[in-house]
Amino acid sequence: MKKDIILCGVGGDGIVSVAKIISDAALNLGMNVKQSEIHGMSQRGGSVFSHLRISSDPIFADVIPEGKADIILSSEPMEALRYLPFLAPDGAVITNSDPFINITNYPDIEKVNAELAKLKKCVSFNANAIAKELNARGNMVLLGAAAPYLELPFEELEKAIKAIFGRKGDAVVETNIKAIRAGRDAK
Amino acid sequence: MSKLLLLGDEAIAQAFIDAGGSAINSYPGTPSTQITEYVMKSKQAKEQGVVANWCANEKTALEASIGVAYSGKRAMTCMKHVGLNVCGDPFMNASIIGTKGVIIVVADDPSMFSSQDEQDSRYYGHWAMIPMLEPSNQQEAYDMVYYGYDLSEQMGTPILMRIPTRLAHSRAGVERKPVRAQNPLSSPSDPKSYVLLPANAKNLYRSLIDKQPAFTKASQESGFNQYIPGTDHKRGIITTGIAFNYLQENFPGGKCPYPVVKITQYPLPFDMLSKLYDEVEEILVLEDGQPFVEEHIKGFLGKGKPVHGRLDETIRRDGELNAEKVAIALGNPMPKGPAVPEVVTNRPPALCVGCPHIDSYQAVIDVMKKYPNGRVFGDIGCYTLGFNMGAIDTTVCMGASVTMAKGAAEMGIFPAIGVIGDGTFGHSGMTGLLDCVNEKANVIIMILDNDITAMTGGQPSSANQKLFNICKGLGVDPDHIRTIVPLPKNHDEFMKILEEEIAYNGVSVIIPQRVCIVENKKRIAANK
Repeated sequence: MKKDIILCGVGGDGIVSVAKIISDAALNLGMNVKQSEIHGMSQRGGSVFSHLRISSDPIFADVIPEGKADIILSSEPMEALRYLPFLAPDGAVITNSDPFINITNYPDIEKVNAELAKLKKCVSFNANAIAKELNARGNMVLLGAAAPYLELPFEELEKAIKAIFGRKGDAVVETNIKAIRAGRDAK
Repeated sequence: MSKLLLLGDEAIAQAFIDAGGSAINSYPGTPSTQITEYVMKSKQAKEQGVVANWCANEKTALEASIGVAYSGKRAMTCMKHVGLNVCGDPFMNASIIGTKGVIIVVADDPSMFSSQDEQDSRYYGHWAMIPMLEPSNQQEAYDMVYYGYDLSEQMGTPILMRIPTRLAHSRAGVERKPVRAQNPLSSPSDPKSYVLLPANAKNLYRSLIDKQPAFTKASQESGFNQYIPGTDHKRGIITTGIAFNYLQENFPGGKCPYPVVKITQYPLPFDMLSKLYDEVEEILVLEDGQPFVEEHIKGFLGKGKPVHGRLDETIRRDGELNAEKVAIALGNPMPKGPAVPEVVTNRPPALCVGCPHIDSYQAVIDVMKKYPNGRVFGDIGCYTLGFNMGAIDTTVCMGASVTMAKGAAEMGIFPAIGVIGDGTFGHSGMTGLLDCVNEKANVIIMILDNDITAMTGGQPSSANQKLFNICKGLGVDPDHIRTIVPLPKNHDEFMKILEEEIAYNGVSVIIPQRVCIVENKKRIAANK
């Protein structure tokens, strides 16, 4: 079993935390993991993306070749489109629909949505809105929505959240668990 | 032992701590910064008494490591590729000395994700005639630190370890080895080796030459270089470092049908390469960097069997290597996903909202409107992003803002403003300012003091809290060392200061001081 996942968004979205949760879960299941990202541009409101590869077989390249990504998981709709060349023919895009407008020439969101609608497998929803209701962050809601596509047992993701956020207290863990479940149940 | 998920950088750092390293002296530089940071944050390192320092620059850092080696202990210095230019002098001469127990880790940046160039550090190691290690994955990076110290101590040579961005900043599972003790304090076995008077240096250089066959023997026998047989002898493939992974990515189960020589240790293994050359019709060289090995194999006259790679653009000459480029070279291009829709616009990195540099640059931009023939010489740091505001005209290398301003001012460029950060100033601005003072240059040097070395993630800057005194000590007239808090409300005052210093014929220093907002948030959170 292998999943090649591009995680993307804008700096500060917490998309790299999502990568950590998935990595942890995969490692616990005895899978191989490679995860890479370009450090540094994230704190400056720039595009962020991370390559996450999980597999029961050995993994070779640290980065996913174009045309091979099973999943593009994005915290921002325009960023999801930026990485389409990586998408495999039967790959899925799961994205937050709430745009992050920190540039003067951000395109018309309807045009962005139109491009997403052209894709064979695309889930686009307002993860931030759902997260707000729960006092949580959109990235956790997105992770929940991506869970079925990851083909990892849901409990393993919850276990990883407990392990990673445990030291921040029970309340934080619970909020994140609620958020990931809300994302799973959203569509 | 269960595996840790570690960045290539972190694997090297953990290995340094486990293999009995005593001191790591470095300067920050993407993508190498995380090595030294990991050691600094490590509880184990603290318990073991491992010293970890951020130094003024790569030269002072490497020289400190030579001092550590002189004391008999294991040293490491880390830097990005251009940092090797800064410490070229101690680097070349450490090899003449033949320091024991020194690993210099250099992180190259093919595709220049955060650098001015994509220079390949292997040329430096080759030039210095020392062994080099270029791991192909995170586990190898870990294991090679142990091996590197053994090789360094047995043969009496510093070791260059070269990693590219894609290994430095990629995580994979790593198994640790048993922890080794650090070395005790001791004197060099040959004290003359540290005195590079020509009489000694001549003998040492001869020794270095005489060590070369032993270095090659190590490359051929260590097991890090491998000859992997293949069934199809139409072509043979040479890979260096992580290029091997991109080759494997192109075949199911990673099984390449062609014979492969996988290189991760230098000098090159003559035996394996010679065998490959004899067995195949043509050779493809895959490197994540410049055509270093390819040039060796191809030869100037291009006679003999065809050798393909970057030199004939079988692999595009510039930019990092990846599986897609290898696929094209193998004649089997990979199909891409959908094209990026036209509606997608760039989101270039910009200064953070509230960054003090924005206010400093706004003042400069507004004043310079009156002086179309003036120029603003920039430098390396977050403030380089001022280019996107139209605030700076140049960025070349660390410290060049000060010295280019001086050189241009002497020729008549007016006003000549150099813009440098507090970190960069400590790195290599002070010597330039000394030149300005000695030449009575008509320049304005703006030292943007945000109290941190920010671009690399927030490390202490060496000249921190000392800027005024350093400038005064170097001989700048204290009446022309001006400070201001860069805020929108102080814009008019800032412009006034600039106008006054432009009118002054001599060296002016303006120090806008306000803490980096990212750093400030960290400090507030830490105090909670």
